[in-house]
Amino acid sequence: MSRLTVPKTYKLYIGGKFPRSESGRTYEVVSAKGDFLANAAKASRKDARDAVVAARAAVGGWAGATAYNRGQVIYRIAELLEGRRAQFVDEIQSSEGVTAAQASAQVDTAIDVWVWYAGWADKYAQVAGNANPVSGPYFNLSVPEPTGVVAAVAPQGVPSGSLLGLVSVIAPIVVSGNTVVVVADEAAPLSAISLSEVLATSDVPGGVINMLTGSAAEIMPWLAAHADVNALDLSGAGSLEGAKGESWVDLQLAAAETLKRVVPPVAGIPRPALEGITAFVETKTVWHTKSML
Amino acid sequence: MTITQPVGLAPTDRAERLLGGDLTETALRLHLEGLSGVDAVGLEQRAAGLSTRSIKTTSKAWALDTIIRTCDLTTLEGADTPGKVRSLVAKAITPDATDLTTPSVAAVCVYGDMVPYAVEALGARHGDPEKGLVSVAAVATAFPSGRASLAIKLADTREAVAAGADEIDMVIDRGAFLSGQYGVVFDQIVAVKEACARPDGSRAHLKVILETGELQTYDNVKRASWLAILAGADFIKTSTGKVSPAATLPVTLLMLEVIRDWHRITGEKVGMKPAGGIRSSKDAVRYLVTVAETVGEEWLTPHLWRFGASSLVNDVLLQRQKMRTGHYSGPDYVTVD
Repeated sequence: MSRLTVPKTYKLYIGGKFPRSESGRTYEVVSAKGDFLANAAKASRKDARDAVVAARAAVGGWAGATAYNRGQVIYRIAELLEGRRAQFVDEIQSSEGVTAAQASAQVDTAIDVWVWYAGWADKYAQVAGNANPVSGPYFNLSVPEPTGVVAAVAPQGVPSGSLLGLVSVIAPIVVSGNTVVVVADEAAPLSAISLSEVLATSDVPGGVINMLTGSAAEIMPWLAAHADVNALDLSGAGSLEGAKGESWVDLQLAAAETLKRVVPPVAGIPRPALEGITAFVETKTVWHTKSML
Repeated sequence: MTITQPVGLAPTDRAERLLGGDLTETALRLHLEGLSGVDAVGLEQRAAGLSTRSIKTTSKAWALDTIIRTCDLTTLEGADTPGKVRSLVAKAITPDATDLTTPSVAAVCVYGDMVPYAVEALGARHGDPEKGLVSVAAVATAFPSGRASLAIKLADTREAVAAGADEIDMVIDRGAFLSGQYGVVFDQIVAVKEACARPDGSRAHLKVILETGELQTYDNVKRASWLAILAGADFIKTSTGKVSPAATLPVTLLMLEVIRDWHRITGEKVGMKPAGGIRSSKDAVRYLVTVAETVGEEWLTPHLWRFGASSLVNDVLLQRQKMRTGHYSGPDYVTVD
């Protein structure tokens, strides 16, 4: 007896919950060959606004957690990904049209990226911070602190990048205590949606990572201009083109209106690097008296 | 135990007109308990239906300004200081310093001992909100519990009025109401209303807080609304903001229906003030829709409609900034208090 398939209709991931798009819109996700895979929510500007509210609410708890604890939580994401690798391999194969070996290699690398950044959680401050030399009886210390809410766009349509590209963008942002609103790869969002399901069952507090699916070209201008977003990661925005031909430069211009930190696009997938973390921290310098004895 | 005989109540014009000149507690009880019961399911469905309206563009801009114009900006904390009241007054006069087209709020609402500081800080901007000025409202009568003797409640009220309060927010004695002593509640409201009188013959407006979160049933809310109006309330107000649940849309709708019925019978307009728990512009717009659909748009003026809120104004300002600049604003662009 033949059985009907059960195609899924996915939702967004905002504030630790899975809401439908406020607009009620969805779009079809198709495989590399053009076959129907699933329906995904097409996020609107109001979903982006709600995600920023959730991200802002989560900053205090996440930035206030100890660095060691953040490292553990991020490592736990890697553990959970490892446990669900078969699902990720399957989705990457169907949406990118790659071989099982290539998909498996991408999942491996994505897991390794999480582990790599997890290790930095309680170490980057030692490298990026400093005890400054001063000519007086006091200490002068510079310490990096998270910037706050970061809006990011995952690499769009980069080969072997639907999971790895996304992870390479969000991991360095959240490791220092920032929260993120990220727009997934529009054409291949399944890995992002499954990653949301991993995050929801991991120890990452709701609101730290908020995942929007839909058109980055439509949503990003609202996030770039949003006054309650502190930084803009355009690593994956190189190929964006808005309805009126706007490019990532227009996003940077909009971000300048509210003095955001902006990371410009990179070709392909961002490589794991300490600079990924230090791009989204602010340096606080304090002094403290020394004992005169 | 003694059974109290029907006693004569302090007469008010309103109660005499409706219940006859020989006003007794029995007559009042018969009236209040003879009111038709509230259809709770129907009421909540009607309120839910009214919250589905979509208010956009120019209507939204008008609604946002109306919310600010009819807002009682409130601080009722044990930790209030004259300095905090002064900053509240500054915000009441100029809610958004980045946009001077923003209207002033209707009033600042403070504890009685803070009234002199509010009056002083307002200076020439103190006056009738219909004329773009800002009133001073004071909570009185042992707010929020109302557990004090009548003498203390009256002294509390007189002191606030003497200090320059234009409006008095009193609480009813919920204990007396719930145990059926309607006459006690009635007499207290009448006495407090008399205490609102100023030497020059004018008097402060009286808002009567029912504290609907403690009244248990919609029927009780309806009775308490009637009781407060009969005793002479200028406004009826849902809550102190210190009890949860505070203002809800169904309760506000029910109280507005009593106001509408009173207006139909007598032609007199009584004001309404939901207070507590209204934090977002979206919520507040639903209240405006409910007013317009229940008693009519002419109620949407500071003399007949108020929001009691502390954080609502900030959310409205964020929405206003969004409409003006075209991009979303954030809490860094409005004042903290």
